[in-house]
Amino acid sequence: MAEEKITYRRERIDRGIKARADTIFVISSYRDILYLLLPRVLPVVALLVLPLILPYYWSKVFTHTCMIALLALSWDLLASIGLVSFGQAALFGAGAYISGALNHYFHLPYGLAILIGIFGGATLGSLLLSPVVRLKGVYFAIFTLILSLLSPRIIESTDILGGSHGLAPIALFGSDLVATYVAVGAVLVCLFGFRRLIDEDYGAVMRAIRDDDRAVMSAGINIYWRKIQALFIASAVGSFAGAFTTHHFGFVGMTVFSLDYSILPLASAVLGGAGTFAGALTGAMILVPLSESLRAVGGLRIVCYCIILIAAVVYLPEGIFHYIARKYHQFERVVKV
Amino acid sequence: MEGKPLLKVERLTKHFGGVVAVHDVSFELRAGEFVGIIGPNGSGKTTLVNLITGFVKPDSGDVFYRGKEITGKMPYTIAGHGIARTFQMVRLFHSLPAFKNVVIPLCSPRVKKLRGGKYGERDDVAIDLLHDMGFERDSFVPYKMAGSLPHGYLKRLDLVRAIALRPDLLILDELFSGMAMSEVASTLSMIEKFSESGLTVLMVEHRLKELFRVANRVIVLNFGQKIAEGFPKEVMEGEAVKNAYLGTAEEG
Repeated sequence: MAEEKITYRRERIDRGIKARADTIFVISSYRDILYLLLPRVLPVVALLVLPLILPYYWSKVFTHTCMIALLALSWDLLASIGLVSFGQAALFGAGAYISGALNHYFHLPYGLAILIGIFGGATLGSLLLSPVVRLKGVYFAIFTLILSLLSPRIIESTDILGGSHGLAPIALFGSDLVATYVAVGAVLVCLFGFRRLIDEDYGAVMRAIRDDDRAVMSAGINIYWRKIQALFIASAVGSFAGAFTTHHFGFVGMTVFSLDYSILPLASAVLGGAGTFAGALTGAMILVPLSESLRAVGGLRIVCYCIILIAAVVYLPEGIFHYIARKYHQFERVVKV
Repeated sequence: MEGKPLLKVERLTKHFGGVVAVHDVSFELRAGEFVGIIGPNGSGKTTLVNLITGFVKPDSGDVFYRGKEITGKMPYTIAGHGIARTFQMVRLFHSLPAFKNVVIPLCSPRVKKLRGGKYGERDDVAIDLLHDMGFERDSFVPYKMAGSLPHGYLKRLDLVRAIALRPDLLILDELFSGMAMSEVASTLSMIEKFSESGLTVLMVEHRLKELFRVANRVIVLNFGQKIAEGFPKEVMEGEAVKNAYLGTAEEG
């Protein structure tokens, strides 16, 4: 014992605010209430205030971001039940074309056209995908990808629904501000609705199916019917995004099936952290504006974008949201060893 | 015992390629019976369980449950009729807390019909069931993620999940494999209690000593064929069984 060496290490302690289950909290002070409310209220306030202060161009980007966020939320819902989608664009395009065609050919008001677009897209999406709900993992993913690649080719070669020229004119929203708020509202309803859904027993069954579908079957639950229900909900959300975008641009064309609408939602959910929905939203809120602001770089835009994405996946594989949530729920202090 | 059989398996056959997994197996189960299925490794025990519960479709043969044919029906339909099973290799919902694993069967149409029940209440039912099986209510165990529990707990969790379905017939596929001796004893007495309250049990097991203590009747499989059936003691004295099974086993 010549000299006493003092070493320190960081100690991490979970805040003991959770009781028994993830959804039950022990609240003993206003600080605890703030601690719980702030991370929920602040993003909501930010989403509600942003449309008022953003300049014209960026408010357009913001609306587009909301649509990608909706697709990412829909992707995350499918992932929660074990269905991995590479073809969110197919759902997006279904809603876009149904709503656009109804407005273009039959002059339905856009509100009604969007509503029919949602239900039509949801029905179409769940019908087309229901034969393959028995497929798992990458096999299901490939089918969705093919669906999104096949649809524009059908429209192009048969020249229906405007063919390669697309459909125009299509009624625009009366006010951009109102439209933006509709988009934000849809994102918030989906986010909190999905989070609630996944915390209910209904969501527990979904996660159980993802973990082990055979064990769920032996518990007497029809997993295929549950998967079709999830497909219906996810398709409805994806179709809303498509229908909304159609009336936001006043145009619908084959670009609604472009790979962007499949890859961006997937990248958002992975970057933000899958399984929480808030992660998917976080990811979209980062990726889409980032991709827009990189336009200044010109041709190297995609390269920069990819480098950022790769760095995120390598250094934060759990996703941004999971990382932040973990840090938020932990004290960190230095203790003597 | 009198009356119609609860489960009737008739000439069930399943081949995997050239391998005969189950060949021409017939037997009956009467309500309230406790029947064991034994046999050397690879003798078709698990395949037989999978055939009855619908996870594998038979090449030929029929399964009747309460006089109704259930051959080749979907596993969830068969489970809905009241046939619950456990898995030899634990199949659990590792990203859910242990008690939520038990909530899943409580969400099934069968249990909803049997007991009604709203959200929130199911958690309590699940925790009660787990408490009875040694997952103490006031400990952290029932609330831990299933993926982080030790193996013995997982096996018992699987059993609780099967019981939660309120089955009339419980099929246990090597429940005791990988369990500690103390766990085996307590779990066995729980199963005995279920059996005494009227539950029919079909138990595939390698631990003969434990099985023979509780089983009324034993069916012996070898290379997919039924080679003997009867009271445990009588069966084990049969020449064919001795050759096929105990001839190579150290203990008996």
